[in-house]
Amino acid sequence: MSGNNLPRIRLRGLRKAFNGKQVLDGVDLDVMPGHSMVILGGSGSGKSVTIKCILGLIQPDSGVIEIDGRDVLGMSTREREEVLDHTGMLFQNGALFDSLPVWENVCFKLLAQKRITRAQARDKAAEALAGVGLDASVGDLSPAELSGGMQKRVALARAIASEPRIIFFDEPTTGLDPIMGAVIDGLIVDCVQRLGATAITITHDMASARRIGDHASMIYKGRIVWTGDAAKLGETGNAMVDQFARGEREGPIKMELRK
Amino acid sequence: MTLAPVDWVASLGRATLNLCRSTGAVVLFALEGLSHLVRPPFHPRLFLRAFMEVAFFSLPVVGLTAIFTGMVLALQSYSGFSRFGAESAVANVVVLSITRELGPVLAGLMVSGRIGAAFAAEIGTMRVTDQIDALTTLSTDPMKYLVAPRLLAAILAMPLLVVVADVLGVMGGFLIGTLKLGFSGPGYLKSTLDFLQVMDVVSGLVKAAVFGFIVALMGTWCGYTSRGGAQGVGAATTTAVVSSSILILALDYVLTEAFFAR
Ligand SMILES: Nc1ncnc2c1ncn2[C@@H]1O[C@H](COP(=O)(O)OP(=O)(O)OP(=O)(O)O)[C@@H](O)[C@H]1O
Ligand SMILES: [Mg+2]
Repeated sequence: MSGNNLPRIRLRGLRKAFNGKQVLDGVDLDVMPGHSMVILGGSGSGKSVTIKCILGLIQPDSGVIEIDGRDVLGMSTREREEVLDHTGMLFQNGALFDSLPVWENVCFKLLAQKRITRAQARDKAAEALAGVGLDASVGDLSPAELSGGMQKRVALARAIASEPRIIFFDEPTTGLDPIMGAVIDGLIVDCVQRLGATAITITHDMASARRIGDHASMIYKGRIVWTGDAAKLGETGNAMVDQFARGEREGPIKMELRK
Repeated sequence: MTLAPVDWVASLGRATLNLCRSTGAVVLFALEGLSHLVRPPFHPRLFLRAFMEVAFFSLPVVGLTAIFTGMVLALQSYSGFSRFGAESAVANVVVLSITRELGPVLAGLMVSGRIGAAFAAEIGTMRVTDQIDALTTLSTDPMKYLVAPRLLAAILAMPLLVVVADVLGVMGGFLIGTLKLGFSGPGYLKSTLDFLQVMDVVSGLVKAAVFGFIVALMGTWCGYTSRGGAQGVGAATTTAVVSSSILILALDYVLTEAFFAR
């Protein structure tokens, strides 16, 4: 059990259908501890569904999900809560609690786990907000008063404030300007390196994928069709991945615009 | 054409099965929500917020409803009873109708429109914007955080509201009785209190607690299970109000039967 070659996250044959539409059709994926995996794939290809399955938010129809070698689907509620205690998630749409001010959002998990007091939470929130380039005064606003990009950054601060061991980022940089996008990428890389965390990031931005990921996988028609070195995206030799990475219209992937 | 009756039976069967399934699901949901009331950690802050929302902010609407109902009752029973010379029973009719029946039922219906709808809309929006999933990933059980405090708040707040409604309803009757129908103030109060039994008030308060539970349960359930964006949240809100109103009226009969039938 030294864990040398025990993946932190291991998916085998993950299948999920919604209303008869097969979204995941046997997803296999290994992410080793301390690695940063980027998942690519067309819109609606099931990337978000995959990580929601890993988090237990969506129940897959069949397949295996293991975290540190333990079968997640067979876990008791308590064991699953334990796993989630060490997990962070940035939702695609932010999912900030609009009934709470920003600072409480950021420190929500720390407060829930009683790791800090409410008095300490404000300072902690200011620190976390500074990390994502936001002023401490933002802490007193309500999420509805923020711009889309600011919401995204607050959500990111919330996801990493508890310093989780496993982090999921669902499109962390969409809706941000290029410079802020690069800053956020740096923050994610820093998070993975400093905390030794394992990260899975969904992104459509190739520059960002190369910066964040050491590995990348591409999902197409419900399966992982390629896994490899993130730095090589665009010249992997896999026609599908290269077409996707370069954003070309012609290639093995056909957009079904009209029938 | 010949198949029509079979289709009809089939769809009736399907509807019945669906009803059983969702009833079972609501019961399980309620049990889980209630179980969190005895398992720490607790969220007193959220309980207080929900309690204020149900008790304090519903006071104006429930109070106004009660006053006007008391006034109308006094007028109606006076003009009705004068046909057989029983005008003196007005005070008794008012206080018994209000405490036993109209206080809890009308407060329940009003609170269902206010609170059931608000719970369903708020939790439903949280559902369709992934906030409930976010709670789970932030080490917080959404049932404990969203549902349990609201159930408890409504169960405890409704009897308080109904006490106020009882007092204001009787006051409405008193105003009409003394100012318009010519009863003497002390005489009206005396006949109000003479025939009133503890059971009349207590049964009303028990009903209130049950109705509060129903309103909060249907509100949180419909919100929690809503899907499909703004439209889904709208549908959840409507379902919450309609189903809790019907359940209130049905349960009112059951509880009355349990308390007073002999
Ligand atoms: N709760 C749900 N109910 C029904 N269908 C769903 C649900 N969630 C996702 N789907 C379907 O599953 C498919 C994959 O959705 P998913 O959100 O994983 O896409 P994605 O790969 O994250 O795309 P994007 O890059 O646009 O975010 C979509 O076709 C969507 O319609
Ligand atoms: Mg997505």
